[in-house]
Amino acid sequence: MDFLLLLDTSVLGTTIRMATPLLLACLAGLFSERAGIFDIGLEGKMLLSAFLAAAVAYTSGNVWIGLLAGIAGSLMLSGIHGLASITFRGNQLISGVAINFFASGITVVAAQSWFGQGGRTPQISGAARFDPIIWPGALTRIRDLLQANLSTKIYSQIISGHAIIVYIALLAVPLAWWILYRTRFGLRLRAVGENPAAVDTAGISVIRLRFGAIMIAGVLCGIAGAYMSTALQAGFVREMSAGRGYIALAALIFAKWRPWQALGATLLFGYLQALALRPDIIEKAIGVKVQVQLLDALPYILTVVILAGFVGKAIPPRAGGEPYVKER
Amino acid sequence: MEKMPKWADVILIPAISILLAAIISGLVLLATGKDPLNALAIMFDGAVGSSRAWGYTLYYATNFIFTGLAVAVAFHARMFNIGGEGQALLGGVGVAVACLYIPWPHWTLALLGAIVLSGIFGAFWAAIPAFLQAKRGSHIVITTIMFNFIAYSLINHLLVNVMKPAGVMEPATASFPEAAHLPNFHDILGLVGIDFAMDAPANIAFFVALLACWFLWALIWRTRIGYQIRQFGESESAARYAGVSPTKIIMISMILSGMFAGMMSINNVMGEAERLVLNSAEGAGFIGIAVALMGRNHPVGIVLAAILFGFLYQGGTQLSIQAQIPKEMVVVIQSLVILFTGALDHMVRSPVERIFLALRRKEA
Repeated sequence: MDFLLLLDTSVLGTTIRMATPLLLACLAGLFSERAGIFDIGLEGKMLLSAFLAAAVAYTSGNVWIGLLAGIAGSLMLSGIHGLASITFRGNQLISGVAINFFASGITVVAAQSWFGQGGRTPQISGAARFDPIIWPGALTRIRDLLQANLSTKIYSQIISGHAIIVYIALLAVPLAWWILYRTRFGLRLRAVGENPAAVDTAGISVIRLRFGAIMIAGVLCGIAGAYMSTALQAGFVREMSAGRGYIALAALIFAKWRPWQALGATLLFGYLQALALRPDIIEKAIGVKVQVQLLDALPYILTVVILAGFVGKAIPPRAGGEPYVKER
Repeated sequence: MEKMPKWADVILIPAISILLAAIISGLVLLATGKDPLNALAIMFDGAVGSSRAWGYTLYYATNFIFTGLAVAVAFHARMFNIGGEGQALLGGVGVAVACLYIPWPHWTLALLGAIVLSGIFGAFWAAIPAFLQAKRGSHIVITTIMFNFIAYSLINHLLVNVMKPAGVMEPATASFPEAAHLPNFHDILGLVGIDFAMDAPANIAFFVALLACWFLWALIWRTRIGYQIRQFGESESAARYAGVSPTKIIMISMILSGMFAGMMSINNVMGEAERLVLNSAEGAGFIGIAVALMGRNHPVGIVLAAILFGFLYQGGTQLSIQAQIPKEMVVVIQSLVILFTGALDHMVRSPVERIFLALRRKEA
């Protein structure tokens, strides 16, 4: 048994890649829920964006256009969610569930009619994909890496070698913190999630603030989805979001609706997903062969365990989930 | 005074929602280069055009009645159980255990045994998230979704490593014995002289589903615990003040919910496949959400909504065969129904209410 193997630099590098869509979705949920709008639909927005990004990137040959298309699709779903939960004061959970099913169905229908490959896009490559950025002096060949010392390995496998969206996601954390805690918009946004009536009394539009928050969430989910299909993998396959939107929500609760803690929580979930991809390392580390099915279920089981056991008292924004009705 | 007559609330509003969903689905079909009217004709012919078609439609409807009841009973306690899919999969394990490992002398006893075991397995899978919600405050929506994913892996493990007969590649159990074979509509309706298609999967589980509907009605509207469930759903604080234990209501409503979802397996696993395969529930657990919303959590509404979705599901299958429209089109329609009947209810409702108010003013 050698538990240090579990900290292998290649696993930690994969951790960052797996955590990126979770982190972006978690920050999306952060903005939305801090403004008082529950968003179960993170999953669907990521999925639609993943499809549109891959499909448009393949068709246009330019991954940036694909990214924009993904964000546009995600924003459209955000708009529907806003219409249902803000304008028409409907049930936010049900609206989110509807959005998830819509994305799950429409992506396959559209992919089939567009490409005819059984609900997937063709493989994308070259300029239609976000390639890893190799930092100066970083090693890429496996043979070189095996002989390298630890600091070189950390530099080459953990810091270097990710697609640009990974670095954008990491920069989004301090940015989200700054917006939420150091700007007037952020103060109002947090206030509207706690006590919308007070914000309304101050003469600020609750509806506009909440729409602003879910549009930010839409952009972030769009980037997350595009990352899945154009960087993490080379194309869209059905249901490729695989519950990441829900795991991001669990991470958000774990982080108690705070940005830096969201980074920590999503890195933890990313690590579990990275580990689940490496049964060989787990076997060497704990000396027992673990069944594939258990490894597949591991991130989901740990989501349940963390939600149930280690969160402590997580108090959501007070007005979360409640539509705001102006006093007459 | 009510804003509009009851028939408008029960029939007109859902009908408008369906119409909106149908129009948007038609637009989606147009966008993918298919003819929506032709698609509708194929669906009608394939889903209600013959007794065989009806046999399939009612077979699917049976699944959706069970999962619709599952979602509805939880909704009455304002619990949102998205885990019907996982609970139905576990119910399938219950049915497989009952049919494979117990030698039943007659199908009636086998059916009873399968109902009990599938209910217990499904209830168990719902009881864990319910307990975590009641005692640890874990969000029931997220936990039940996670339990769906965990159920997929668990069934995969059970079929590949435990229940698969030796020497077989396919991850599935052996076929159930003859004594566990349920009579289908051909057998049942043949007794009263009606000639029903022999190869359609609708079976006696349909009548069990109707019985379950009655059970839900009696429970929710005619018993003390049903009253407490509704009270808790209306206002948790009021229920608490009246001495109702939240833990008890959460546990009971979710256990009943999981039980209904699990019992679906007597239809698809025992009545149709007659063995347990991977992904036996085929999304029926999720369709239950749309069915419960459309049926307004009432058994009669659930039966009607389930038959509508049975029509969509069977019609959708015919579309994928005859018109190369992917089966996932049904998921799109399902999402639109959830959106319009669930989340955008106010958008559909308020113009109708305004019309009725205007009419009434004219009369006065």
